[in-house]
Amino acid sequence: MTTPTTESPTGTATGRRAWLREHSELGVCVLLLALGVLVLTDALTMDVDITQRGPVGPKTVPIAVGIGLLVISALLAVDVLRGGRGEAEGGEDVDLSEPADWRTVLLLTGVFLGSAVLIEPAGFPVAGALLFWGAAFALGSRRVDRDPLIAAVLSLLTYVVFDKLLGVPLPGGPLMGVL
Amino acid sequence: MNALNSLMDGFGTALTPVNLLWAALGVLLGTAIGVLPGIGPAMAVALLLPVTYGLDPVAAFIMFAGIYYGAMFGGSTTSILLNTPGESAAVVAAMEGNPMAKSGRGAQALAAAAIGHFAGGMIGTVLLVALAPTVADLAVDIGAPDYFAIMVLAFIAVTSVLGSSRVRGMASLLIGLTIGLVGLDQMTGQQRLTFGSLQLADGVDVVIVAVGLFAIGEALWVAAHLRRGAAEPIPVGRPWLGRGDVKRTWKSWLRGPFIGFPFGAIPAGGAEIPTFLSYVTEKRLSTHKDEWGKGAIEGVAGPESAASASAAGTLVSMLTLGLPTTAVAAVMLAAFQQYGIQPGPLLFEREPELVWGLIASLFVGMVLLLALNLPLAPVWAKLLRIPRPYLYAGIMFFAAVGAYAVGGEVVDLVTLLVIGLVGFGMRRYGLPILPAVIGVILGPNAEQQLRRALQISDGSVTGLVNTPFAVTVYAVIVVLLAWPLLKRLVTRGRSRADA
Repeated sequence: MTTPTTESPTGTATGRRAWLREHSELGVCVLLLALGVLVLTDALTMDVDITQRGPVGPKTVPIAVGIGLLVISALLAVDVLRGGRGEAEGGEDVDLSEPADWRTVLLLTGVFLGSAVLIEPAGFPVAGALLFWGAAFALGSRRVDRDPLIAAVLSLLTYVVFDKLLGVPLPGGPLMGVL
Repeated sequence: MNALNSLMDGFGTALTPVNLLWAALGVLLGTAIGVLPGIGPAMAVALLLPVTYGLDPVAAFIMFAGIYYGAMFGGSTTSILLNTPGESAAVVAAMEGNPMAKSGRGAQALAAAAIGHFAGGMIGTVLLVALAPTVADLAVDIGAPDYFAIMVLAFIAVTSVLGSSRVRGMASLLIGLTIGLVGLDQMTGQQRLTFGSLQLADGVDVVIVAVGLFAIGEALWVAAHLRRGAAEPIPVGRPWLGRGDVKRTWKSWLRGPFIGFPFGAIPAGGAEIPTFLSYVTEKRLSTHKDEWGKGAIEGVAGPESAASASAAGTLVSMLTLGLPTTAVAAVMLAAFQQYGIQPGPLLFEREPELVWGLIASLFVGMVLLLALNLPLAPVWAKLLRIPRPYLYAGIMFFAAVGAYAVGGEVVDLVTLLVIGLVGFGMRRYGLPILPAVIGVILGPNAEQQLRRALQISDGSVTGLVNTPFAVTVYAVIVVLLAWPLLKRLVTRGRSRADA
């Protein structure tokens, strides 16, 4: 989607903030630039000694990718400043007319990290159930009677199917030790 | 004919009771997950990867074939009954299918789609049987420079044919290539981008990248923009077709595959372009022009058949060249690598049981798909009512299971989340996902072929273009890159001629 460039006055603070919000995609350019610098630094500080065989060593491709990242970062910045905009992805359940709901995203991230920490000490059935319930809660489900039950059944069933039937090991944790 | 004999052996593999069971399970799981709103075929295959970890490769790929076709069919059910297609290939199904459903002809729309998938898949797979061994034979002699050229073609095609912005496609590809660099260099054992961490030395597993970008990224993105009050699906009965409908659609079913198959085989985004081309063709040839836009059944039958055949075309380049042309093929390639099998021209010689079992199971899967989906359609339609919090919580849950099952390490879950956040940012700023996934999967391989080619030529760049095959591929790349310029010249010429 290309919107015409709006030359906003940058003199006032609010104007500057609006300009930054309008051009938030420049953040992507900064990240690409940082990634490019990281890849290049890593490639250039590599000590390649006798291990290098053939004319193209382990440095060449990372250097090319790093330079590519820097170039693309610059090209994208030019595109954004000229008024080009990345089109946010639509979907069946996506409503782009509302502003992004950051609270839900943060909650989901937190729930996911929490479950990752719990999976080894508490076992998969417990951590998985908490992940499902927590994620459903973050997404707005408030059925305190139904949600934990579904979460527990799903998690236990998955554990049994993967660990016992499909031969994909998952940690049972103390709970499975008792049962 | 040799291919026919091999195919018969393949049926011997596919029709054993156990493998038949895996095929049926794949079709059912694939359709169920494909019907769920917000889950496309690529995410379905990525999420179901861990289910196959405990299986032997033959059973795993037989199941995958079922999942692939099932998920594609499931996606079209969603667009017909909900009119909010989640992925580009299903957009066309909604254009005529949803008006049909609204005017009470949903059962006929679903039947036209199901039989279209069956016809397209059958014809596409027959073409696959006829073509794949020949392509593999031709490709047996190709060497490192040719492989490198093919991979460069994949990179360029995926960034410039798809999506609206080449710069953003290229940015996505470079992100993927960077992730692919992490770990030990395959030829020298040099550590790259590992920052001294032992976990990173093994590299980032492709499965984690695919699940992170497709599943976690999508779940987080939807969570940020969840539609309040999800769209209501239109209730539907058992699909059936009257004699008049069959008369109108049989030609469309047969035409679709010949549009879909070739597009599936080239890196042009899978089903997106052929479904649209088929739609336009059917519209032009239709004798009921007044019905278009209000629910013309040919507009469902043709594109669905084309979509299904394009999946078969995708398998030709995936199996014979190791070249993934769609997101699903990319994930399937990752699955092959997981088993230590490298798809390519030698696959037909080295793993005949696997390849022909897989191809035979495509036929089996197609029959199962038709037999199961016509009676089960009302059940699938009920899946559309699943509360959205459960749906996306379930996606996060199974993504976590998949990532953990890769190596049983908590670090993998953290990596998964980080890559998911990258996927979230990419969706927000319109960076397409597919180039990144292709970059991760093909990047390391492309580097190896490049270095091998240059080793043979002792560092001379001419070593990359010393075969006619490589030169041809580079010519195609130049055309692709110059295409926007050429198109501008053509349209300018045409508008001058009109004036």
